[in-house]
Amino acid sequence: MTQRIIGPFSRVEGNLELRLQIKEDRVAEARVSSQMYRGFEQMLEGKKPIDALVITPRICGICSVSQSVAAARALADLTGAKPPPNGVLAANLVHACENLADLFTHFYLFFMPDFANPAYRNEAWYGRVAERFRAVSGSAAGDALSARAELLHLMGLLAGKWPHTLAIQPGGSTRSIDASERLRLLTVLRRFRAFLEKTTFGTSLESIVELSQQDQWHQLSEPETSDCGRFFALSRNLKLDQLGRGGNAFMSFGGHAFEGESLFAAGLYTDRWQPLEADAIAEDVSHSWMQASPPRHPREGATKPTGMDDNGYSWCKAPRLNGRVIEVGALARQSVNGNPLALDLLRSGGANVQSRILMRLWEMARLLLAMENWAELLVPGEPFFEAGLASPQDGEGVGMVEAARGSLGHWMRVRNGLIDRYQIIAPTTWNFSPRDADGQPGALEQALSNAPVRKQDDENPVAVQHIVRSFDPCMACTVH
Amino acid sequence: MANFNMLWLQSSGCGGCTMSLLCAESPPLFEQLSWQGINLLWHPALSEASGQEVQSLLSDLEQGRESLDLLCIEGAVAQGPDGTGDFSRLPGTGRSMMSWLQGLSTRANYVVAVGSCAAYGGVSAGGDNPSDATGAQYAGERLGGLLGEAFRSRGGLPVINISGCPIHPQWVLESLASLVRGEMTLQDLDELGRPRSYTDHLVHHGCPRNEYYEYKASAQQHSQQGCLMEHLGCIGTQAHADCNIRLWNGGGSCLRGGYACINCTAPEFENPGYGFLSTPKVAGIPIGLPTDMPKAWFVALSSLSKAAMPARLRENALSDHQLMAPKIYYKNKRR
Repeated sequence: MTQRIIGPFSRVEGNLELRLQIKEDRVAEARVSSQMYRGFEQMLEGKKPIDALVITPRICGICSVSQSVAAARALADLTGAKPPPNGVLAANLVHACENLADLFTHFYLFFMPDFANPAYRNEAWYGRVAERFRAVSGSAAGDALSARAELLHLMGLLAGKWPHTLAIQPGGSTRSIDASERLRLLTVLRRFRAFLEKTTFGTSLESIVELSQQDQWHQLSEPETSDCGRFFALSRNLKLDQLGRGGNAFMSFGGHAFEGESLFAAGLYTDRWQPLEADAIAEDVSHSWMQASPPRHPREGATKPTGMDDNGYSWCKAPRLNGRVIEVGALARQSVNGNPLALDLLRSGGANVQSRILMRLWEMARLLLAMENWAELLVPGEPFFEAGLASPQDGEGVGMVEAARGSLGHWMRVRNGLIDRYQIIAPTTWNFSPRDADGQPGALEQALSNAPVRKQDDENPVAVQHIVRSFDPCMACTVH
Repeated sequence: MANFNMLWLQSSGCGGCTMSLLCAESPPLFEQLSWQGINLLWHPALSEASGQEVQSLLSDLEQGRESLDLLCIEGAVAQGPDGTGDFSRLPGTGRSMMSWLQGLSTRANYVVAVGSCAAYGGVSAGGDNPSDATGAQYAGERLGGLLGEAFRSRGGLPVINISGCPIHPQWVLESLASLVRGEMTLQDLDELGRPRSYTDHLVHHGCPRNEYYEYKASAQQHSQQGCLMEHLGCIGTQAHADCNIRLWNGGGSCLRGGYACINCTAPEFENPGYGFLSTPKVAGIPIGLPTDMPKAWFVALSSLSKAAMPARLRENALSDHQLMAPKIYYKNKRR
């Protein structure tokens, strides 16, 4: 048995360190550690409730809008705010734009460059793949950056800027747009659709969202003409559907609702859909660098860091649902949503590197189609914002949303007009949690167990890198 | 000009400055870096290399075995708990970011703090500053920070503070170009160590609401078109940045987005001492007035201009879209 400490871990957001016990050519045991702590929950105490809109997005520059939406929802829960239809649509567009940009950035800039890893240099496909996907200098990176920047023009229009907008508020959006701006919005979406259809998928978005079986998708996306096809070829060659097997409990807070209809359902999926029992969430700190405490629901939770002591190995807490380890993210979201393609993937190989990536790609198509629809529904001249909300004096508010990486929750308590308690559980907190008091490893820790370690890359096994990045971790959110 | 070695480290921050930098356009980021002759040794979010390979690179740089032209720091420096720096470690190395940044700074020709966290502490130092975060050469408004008041990098400059939460991509890329070309001097930095190329402007300059400001036609709530200074916490008249001249994400800015400027390029913006989105007033007059205008004049002019406010601005200021368009004046009045 040998031990490897892996870090710094590039192309993930934030400071991640892995401790692997390796037995022969397999990972026997993994410990996942978040190596940064800032203390946002403490910073928020004593502030005015509305200031959460300024502070919480700055937890994370990669999913700052998701944090913003969660804070706005918590405030709306407190004040009873009801944004007008345009406000809901604008917030949906801004939020979906960030989710889409996240999924896209992850695929092109964070995940695919692993196939240019020199560990693969003897593979027949290496030259072509490295030329396309090498980090920074690969042809895909250049293409993707231009397309991404243009997609984010939507943020310039509807949110002022990205990241860290203040446009999304409990009463709706501060940015109303006129008829000509709405047309510009549609142009931005049209242009990004063209990139996705030509370069990413090699087929129409409509044909992607209608897929119900992975085999149909293989036939649609040719390996030579689309990046999705190139991924399929690599995945088949490297058996990514057998890598990074997760548990089988998936959660989604759902969302992107408009007029009573949610694009994505909330719930829990194990072998079937079940309603979400949000009261059964509790954060365990037994293996965190936090003051000892029994597991607590975030409504009652506290964040009290200690120094780095021997009891813990991460600044991350360990959230559990009814004591259960949960995986969140696009695959989880679509399983909960009853998506036939997600369920087909789960039946054939469960949660693994391939199924996680495929559902991210699928969601890109779904989100863009939804965004086109929302943009069509905007009515220039009608209000985007509900007026005259009182500042809350006392009470509790909850904001539960889906960020690209999975379920994000904000729990806020206000006393005498000031924030008295603010607890946040981010998606990667679920996926990258340390062990709990029962010794149950977190979702990534489970997925890493049994990962192959090839002799030539034993210092930093490439299979481990694929598995970690298949979750698209955001450590800045995780520990906040 | 070629092979200007740049290392980028992310300390205690949100990664948002990198995410914003990736929005650079015409040309996109990697092309701009390559044209400038910048060789990106390593960036945690963008590079292929991970783990051992990076650790070796960092030791080579720290020991002087490889040259370091530019060290970019994103995120604040966490000094806690109890001065250990353990709240932010460089994974795999068993060492704090604080210690790495100290070591590498002495080797770098230039040190650039990217974003308000790296420059002054920023939001990472918000509230009671639970992680004891500081900037690279400032702690809030005070010189000092991690590297101390007297710090000069080998190239003779203090830390260059490209502040902002986040930065505009072109603030960074222009500053880098200037450094690569050897054109950046002390005179190009303002009193807070920020490149004057973007801080010699105020956010107020080019604000689309300037006409409302002229007449003190104020919005009463967010989403309305009027000036946000009087009631909604906007301090664009005091904030140094060219956000309304050099626009964001294809044409936006905070004011164009319908919300107040919170002066995110300034030290200690994270703790305004009042709510961010409302304007503190004494006897009905905002306490934060334009920095270079005598208060009495401001009050006198405001009451005059309010009295002269055109009906069009009065109507439009309180609406979320234009109710009255500007009137057309014909050259020939008798048509």
